Amino acid sequence: MKNLLLFFTAILMAYSIYAQNIEVCNTCAVSTLKNAVSIAKDFDTIVLKKGTYKEYNILVDKPLTIIGENYPVIDGELKGEIITIVSDNVTVDGLFIINVGTSYTEDYAAIRVRKSKNFVIQNLVLEKLFFGIYLEKSRDGKVFHNKIIGDAVEEYNSGNGIQLWYSKNIEIEHNFVQHVRDGIYLEFSDDCLIKNNVSTKNLRYGLHFMFSNNDIYQDNTFEKNGAGVAVMFSKKIKMLNNIFKENWGTASYGMLLKEINDAEIIGNTFEENTIGINIEGSNRIIYKNNNFINNGWAIKVRGACYTNSFVENNFLYNSFDISYNSKINDNIFNKNYWTSYTGYDLNKDGIGDVPYRPVKLFSYIVNRTPETIILLRSLFIDIIDFSEKVSPVFTPDNLLDNNPLTKRITW
Amino acid sequence: MLKILKYSFFDLMRSRWSYVYFAFYLLLGIVLLFLNNDLSKAVITLMNVIIVLVPLIGTIFGVMYYYNSKEFTELLLAQPLKRSSIFLGQYLGVAISLSMSLILGLGIPFIAYGLFKSNAIWDFYLLLITGTFLTLIFTALAFNIALTNENKIKGFGYAILLWLFLAIIYDGLFLMSLVLFEDYPLDKLSLIGTMLNPIDLSRTLILLKLDISALLGYTGAVFKKFFGTNFGLIISFVMLVIWVILPVLRIVLKSKKKDF
Repeated sequence: MKNLLLFFTAILMAYSIYAQNIEVCNTCAVSTLKNAVSIAKDFDTIVLKKGTYKEYNILVDKPLTIIGENYPVIDGELKGEIITIVSDNVTVDGLFIINVGTSYTEDYAAIRVRKSKNFVIQNLVLEKLFFGIYLEKSRDGKVFHNKIIGDAVEEYNSGNGIQLWYSKNIEIEHNFVQHVRDGIYLEFSDDCLIKNNVSTKNLRYGLHFMFSNNDIYQDNTFEKNGAGVAVMFSKKIKMLNNIFKENWGTASYGMLLKEINDAEIIGNTFEENTIGINIEGSNRIIYKNNNFINNGWAIKVRGACYTNSFVENNFLYNSFDISYNSKINDNIFNKNYWTSYTGYDLNKDGIGDVPYRPVKLFSYIVNRTPETIILLRSLFIDIIDFSEKVSPVFTPDNLLDNNPLTKRITW
Repeated sequence: MLKILKYSFFDLMRSRWSYVYFAFYLLLGIVLLFLNNDLSKAVITLMNVIIVLVPLIGTIFGVMYYYNSKEFTELLLAQPLKRSSIFLGQYLGVAISLSMSLILGLGIPFIAYGLFKSNAIWDFYLLLITGTFLTLIFTALAFNIALTNENKIKGFGYAILLWLFLAIIYDGLFLMSLVLFEDYPLDKLSLIGTMLNPIDLSRTLILLKLDISALLGYTGAVFKKFFGTNFGLIISFVMLVIWVILPVLRIVLKSKKKDF
């Protein structure tokens, strides 16, 4: 009996030694993170105390939990990559990482995860970075509640906030990304969830998809980015309840869709963008319950877009609701609310009795000769728009909303 | 001159038309603000009214006033008064009373709505300033037409034609020339084209406040760069002032030489 108790105590002790804490501080026995990682055993926890650690090229090659207390600073002194994770089951929590090296040949990141599973990266603050969090051929991880503030000036020598490359099943939640090239960038990454992030003032895109399928992004806010959000060459993406705001500029969009098929765009708000959504070569997309408010162009259709349906959206005070550059239309517009609708509703069922033509002649003219935008809201333009409305010549004549609503839709 | 200004002004203040004009703006302002709970829509409608209706009323009213008060003018001419002060006085009387109707008519409902507390106050000032400028410009043009044409019908005809040209036909020609020369860089041409027409100039100034997102598009950036800066704003106002001064100068010169 006594022996048994001793045995259990021994096991317990062995276990507690096994998963031990390693404390790192400037005056401790272990004074660098690199050192701590090298002496740590699998499944240890490394606790970084408050202080500044001038380190780079830290290779985490075993399953560890690295926790910072009161945001210790890891200063890379612009020398290169800071933390590289190559093992499964790594957690990094609560660090303040600054001064990632900039290179024209290598993508240095503040934290890179390479070919790993089940990682958690959370509560980090990254500043003065090149790439922020770089996930490479990794899966089943979580990037949660990080704050990434870059100081990007030019596209060619700046990196992305959160970048995914050939990664699968990643959750990116509650992150705040600012002033980098692309806020969040997904390339060849499937089954990811991007939720509740705020991506603002980035040089290029707030969020950028390339060749990534079956992803969901929802409840995110994208504001004042160089060119908004770009979704390209991807299938089956769900875009739900996001806010796209004030993406202003000569080639700026709230959202840019290029070669996107079978997507769902539901419940988003597009406000004060130069172009709300720019669509090119995208098919079978459902647009439902979106708000388009005060955009220059709410939706600009560039061509090769078939079988899309625009149902129950609000188009409020856009300078142009829809713009087409061809006479062919294969898309459905139904039951939307348009503020520029001037018809009547005699039987009072909430549906206007006269169909609405969302494409104006003037938007066709502006497409052809962009300088004519200076004549916007001129009386002459109103007159030609009216005559085009009565008998369409230049705009697709089957492009109609047959059931325009007379009241703004709420959901 | 001031005395004549005072006479014309009070004469107009007593006339029915000033009240109708004032009441129209008052009603418009009230309806737009209180029955339509959307400020941005109200300002857009107001802009349309100001750039179309203000010039029309300015021209018609100016011509009408000149022809109606012709006998009084001839009586004044018999007195030892400077001709320029007689006509300038009359012109200013009409222009100021029209501007006052506009400013008060729109201002009262806006003040009642609580505009001073909102951010739209500067847009609204811009609306009123351009409206006033347009009144000054088109009344002066109307006086020019009336001075040149003894025949009332002809005068009215020209006045309407002038309005029609500047408000609609000019834009049509402008649009056609832009589409015709689309292979060439057009930003300068379109800027100059806008500057030359006071209605277009006022419209663009107001637009930059309202349709900012559309104008920030591909070419809009050029216009934004020009009109959006203080330099552009100053140039635009200088242009508007020139548009007032030139017709007024012609009133003075023409009236000196005219044989009554």
